[in-house]
Amino acid sequence: MSIAENQPLYDADDLKRYRAERFERFGKWLLPVAVLIAMIWLWDRIVVWNEIPHFILPRPGLVLETLIKDWPMLFNALLVTLQITMMALAVAVIGGVGLAVLFTQSRLVEMSFYPYAVILQVTPVVSIAPLIFIYVDSRTAGLLICAWLVAFFPVLANTTLGLNSADHNLRDLFRIYGASRWQTLRYLRLPAALPYFLGGLRIAGGLALIGAVVAEYVAGTGGIGSGLAFRILEAGYRLNIPRMFAALILIAVTGVVIFAGLSFLSHMLLRKWHESAVKRET
Amino acid sequence: MTTPPLGHRPPVLDMSNVTKTFNGDVVALRDMNLGVNSGDFISLLGPSGCGKSTALRLIAGLSTPSSGRITWAGGQSENDLGVVFQEPTLMPWATVAQNVWLPFRLKGQSYASVKDEILDALRLVGLEKFLEAYPRELSGGMKMRVSIARAMVTKPRLILMDEPFAALDEITRFRLNDDLLRLKAKIGCTVIFVTHSVFESVFLSDRIVVMAARPGRVIREVNVDAPYPRDEAFRTSADYAALCRQASDALHEAMGEHA
Ligand SMILES: Nc1ncnc2c1ncn2[C@@H]1O[C@H](COP(=O)(O)OP(=O)(O)O)[C@@H](O)[C@H]1O
Ligand SMILES: [Mg+2]
Repeated sequence: MSIAENQPLYDADDLKRYRAERFERFGKWLLPVAVLIAMIWLWDRIVVWNEIPHFILPRPGLVLETLIKDWPMLFNALLVTLQITMMALAVAVIGGVGLAVLFTQSRLVEMSFYPYAVILQVTPVVSIAPLIFIYVDSRTAGLLICAWLVAFFPVLANTTLGLNSADHNLRDLFRIYGASRWQTLRYLRLPAALPYFLGGLRIAGGLALIGAVVAEYVAGTGGIGSGLAFRILEAGYRLNIPRMFAALILIAVTGVVIFAGLSFLSHMLLRKWHESAVKRET
Repeated sequence: MTTPPLGHRPPVLDMSNVTKTFNGDVVALRDMNLGVNSGDFISLLGPSGCGKSTALRLIAGLSTPSSGRITWAGGQSENDLGVVFQEPTLMPWATVAQNVWLPFRLKGQSYASVKDEILDALRLVGLEKFLEAYPRELSGGMKMRVSIARAMVTKPRLILMDEPFAALDEITRFRLNDDLLRLKAKIGCTVIFVTHSVFESVFLSDRIVVMAARPGRVIREVNVDAPYPRDEAFRTSADYAALCRQASDALHEAMGEHA
């Protein structure tokens, strides 16, 4: 008995759980990295074995070389795309949250405008983009509108859901205490909507990038201030395949970074109280 | 503070002939008459569906009577009510202290200006060490204590409790019953307490209003003439057993009519 009190006793279950946890922790990182390395190696071998010319499929090493060599130009393009993405996301957040608040405050506004928000959402941006570029002179503004169109709906839909998800008894309590509309919004509905909003934001981040890239393809015209998508198009015309790959990699990495950043933000904001961000203790 | 004997207490609220129907045909509550005096601990006891929650919602002003009147003695005021629901109903994003602050906050009072009241309330429910904790870190019983602290922190004229301990295990429930009586003795609050437990209602209240369903109505009042403070000794006394029998018979009558 005294031994058991001083020394923890591990049984077979503990051991099994410990192994499973360790596997989870390392596997989550090691396995995808291993797959990546294997794929790159296979890519390289396929090119070598089949003697594929570099203007059809470059070797990974060449792509990396190009990435470094073209870095100043690609980095500038990345900044342009990133700028559009971030601005679109910002406007999507302001517009989405603002509209969601308006919807929950006035049933009249919601009934009048919700169908149009849905129509905007289900119409593919590629099909609206050419029109937008006809009527909007500023290229940046056109890109921004396209990216915003794709990004704002998840914010709107999720935030609306979140604002309406506040606990019914809490709402009654607020009524009993004579809370004003503003107080109910500020102290009850907005905090209750936060997890939903952050979920929408994570989706919107990826969509804003997609919107920006698609709009650039449509907008086409290049020159100074062109983004990554335009660089891909341009390199395609010139059969500069390594540069296409390099730009593509940059876009993918950007998407991952945006998603990871927003996930981190979400975790930091919710970690104290929300189940999604709280580690299971049992 | 000792509560003055029955009959010498000022009235707080009066329900006269209150009826509530839903959609014109569901009679949730029929002809309810209830006088609440300051310091009362009244239990509404009855099977589910007998209109207990409906009665509380009417008193809380969350719905309006289809007929009849509910009058507050001396008119309605800012600080009439505190409420405890069956679930703790805390804001998960706010700390314990912020949750208890809520009633003041909604009246525009800063945390600093009511800090003492918040601390007092939490000390009364034994949670003064958990000011900064979030609800998810607390057990079910502790969350309920926070909810009780929030209901009484403004010292309202009347506290409504709708089956507050129904979801808790029996040990926690007994403890909270004891604590509730201690609290009541200390701050002398007036309580309407909804329950479907005979034992709980006898242990806690000085009046039990027994209700029946379909249509929801009051069928009997049982006075519990045992003096406060009540403790474990009361729970095992012959008086307690007799009162439980009396309330239980009334409840069976309430259920039997439609069984
Ligand atoms: N909002 C409502 N609409 C329609 N019927 C309701 C509503 N609220 C309560 N009722 C009905 O009124 C009766 C009493 O309900 P309630 O007061 O919740 O009972 P209790 O709390 O005693 O279990 C039930 O038959 C219930 O179905
Ligand atoms: Mg009920």
